[in-house]
Amino acid sequence: MIVHGNESVLVQGITGTQATFWSERMKEYGTQVIGGVNPKKAGTQHLDLPVWGSAEDAAKDQEAVIDCSCVIVPPPGVKSSVLDALDAGIKKLVILTEHVPVHDVMYFLAAAREAGASVIGPNTAGIVTPGECFVGFMPAFNERVFKPGSIGVISRSGSLGTLVCLDMVQAGFGISAFIGIGGDPVIGTTTRDALQCLDEDPKTQAVALVGEIGGGMEEEAAEYAKGMNKPIVSFMAGAASPPGKKMGHAGAIVMGDKGSYAGKKKALEAAGVSVLPTPSMLPGALKELLPA
Amino acid sequence: MNFEEHAAKPLLKAAGIVVPDGGLAISADEAASLAGKIGPCVIKAQVPTGKRGKAGGIALAATPDEARAEAARILQLEIAGFPVNSVLVEQQVPIKKEFYAAVLNDSDTKGPLLLFSAEGGMDIEEIAEKHPDALVRLPIDIREGLNRKAIESALPPIDGVNREALVDTLEKLYEAYIRNDAELMEINPLVTTQDGRVIALDCKFSLDDSAIRRHEELARSGAPDKLTELEQRGQDIGFKYIELEGSVGVLSNGAGLTMTTMDAISHYGGEPANFLEIGGNAFVLGKQALEVVLGNPRVKSLLINFCGAIARTDVMTGGVLEAWDDVDPQVPVFWSISGTGEDEAKAMLKEKLGTAPYPTMDEAVKAAVEAVQ
Repeated sequence: MIVHGNESVLVQGITGTQATFWSERMKEYGTQVIGGVNPKKAGTQHLDLPVWGSAEDAAKDQEAVIDCSCVIVPPPGVKSSVLDALDAGIKKLVILTEHVPVHDVMYFLAAAREAGASVIGPNTAGIVTPGECFVGFMPAFNERVFKPGSIGVISRSGSLGTLVCLDMVQAGFGISAFIGIGGDPVIGTTTRDALQCLDEDPKTQAVALVGEIGGGMEEEAAEYAKGMNKPIVSFMAGAASPPGKKMGHAGAIVMGDKGSYAGKKKALEAAGVSVLPTPSMLPGALKELLPA
Repeated sequence: MNFEEHAAKPLLKAAGIVVPDGGLAISADEAASLAGKIGPCVIKAQVPTGKRGKAGGIALAATPDEARAEAARILQLEIAGFPVNSVLVEQQVPIKKEFYAAVLNDSDTKGPLLLFSAEGGMDIEEIAEKHPDALVRLPIDIREGLNRKAIESALPPIDGVNREALVDTLEKLYEAYIRNDAELMEINPLVTTQDGRVIALDCKFSLDDSAIRRHEELARSGAPDKLTELEQRGQDIGFKYIELEGSVGVLSNGAGLTMTTMDAISHYGGEPANFLEIGGNAFVLGKQALEVVLGNPRVKSLLINFCGAIARTDVMTGGVLEAWDDVDPQVPVFWSISGTGEDEAKAMLKEKLGTAPYPTMDEAVKAAVEAVQ
């Protein structure tokens, strides 16, 4: 799930305050934003771009396939926006909205699976391909954080992902791709999916995997990591979090043994992936694994 | 949001599932009067937690006098930190066999999952451990719903049960799960009686927090979270604050970064005093956040760690600095700032306090930990 600079991006909900700010940043950075959707403002212009009533209208008007849609509509409208994008034939969806009802998420993920589309999120900060484009709420334009290079970074969280990319760049590395997968309990692209994507990405030479307590995605990713040749280092957030409480992310909760820090660390280490105690130690660990 | 049994069972009943007759009592006399109407009964503590039986929160009563005595005893209890404020008084049911049934949001299959076990009478963790083969797991496509035939073929042969009534109950359980945007709708135990009825003796329901806005009326009967005064203030203002035992206060943005900040504090030998994040749309709440984090008297040093993606560090820093003179922090404060808006944020910090953030998070954490030692 990487978006490249030559791919067209539609922004569903482009006229909102946050969406306006970030659509402008995306355009400036090089993302091919072709326009946006807002049924109430169809036919107008926003940020010098066309606003359509639906993704289907956008696709008809473009007379071309739209590669990716970035969904930033309020939670009650996310399900219908995603179904609209799928009807329009869009195969990559990045859903930034937080607090989408989980039954809605399960509904559109089933529809996306049937349509052969990939979904990132919901509740993701987005994805960055440094030097090419980004889709989401990420400071891709900050060169201290996103210098182009060869390290792929996976994170559920935007803020922590930003910190890890910053640490990597400060240590002399560059970033090939950042994949923010989102903090919700049910999401489209899992840690394992993102890891496979970076494994198959020719620009990525090594991976920094940033996980979190809760759920079983890191354990599943560890299984995949066993068969990978690219070096992987990891950090799991939440070692100091008390069990039974949701730590901000709805998915970040430890119930009994499930989702615990210890379980994730064990699974990753069994796959030969070292788990570092703080994210600042990731670049050092990576240097030891990569040829000088 | 969790619901107590008395608030959850009506949802099953509304979907057509049989539940025992009964009512809620907040005093021993009320319990006795209910027992007078329904006969031999069960008295059950109403608290939003499991293991009530083991804690002495469930008792049988044959007469109104027994019901009064048991209710009086149970209403004095505190179970897992929750004081018992009410009891459910229900008719006793002649149990022939106990089952486990639930529908939940499953992150692995990314859809609803029906769980059923013919071995009931224990919690799901125990069933999964002791009778893993007896646990039926049926993934459901939420677009199509739960098909009767699918239930019938997924269920193992079960002796001495009205299979029709059982399948019917599971179908209705799914209905209750869907109608109420449940994270979890669980019946444990689900029982069958000598006369062939299938009855839900208990119900655990949690409502998806993200779906509360479309169930406002239902949410009013949810069990409030057990919050400290400061946690309640955080919730009222609109950010997540969790009070912990340590002495290093944390003010950060984003759930992942905030957990990481706590991890780093603990790694360098300190203990976090709280979780507080003002990420996402809460990044404009820097002022209120500073007040809440310093409202905890255990805080001996404060770590402010911002790393901006959507949350702009200049807006968060501006908010904190705006509250600075009012709150007048009496503990040393350590800053780390990077990401969106960092240049502006650093300039504000310099102008207002004449200081600069530490170059890295780890250095700021170490200094904050050393300050309390």
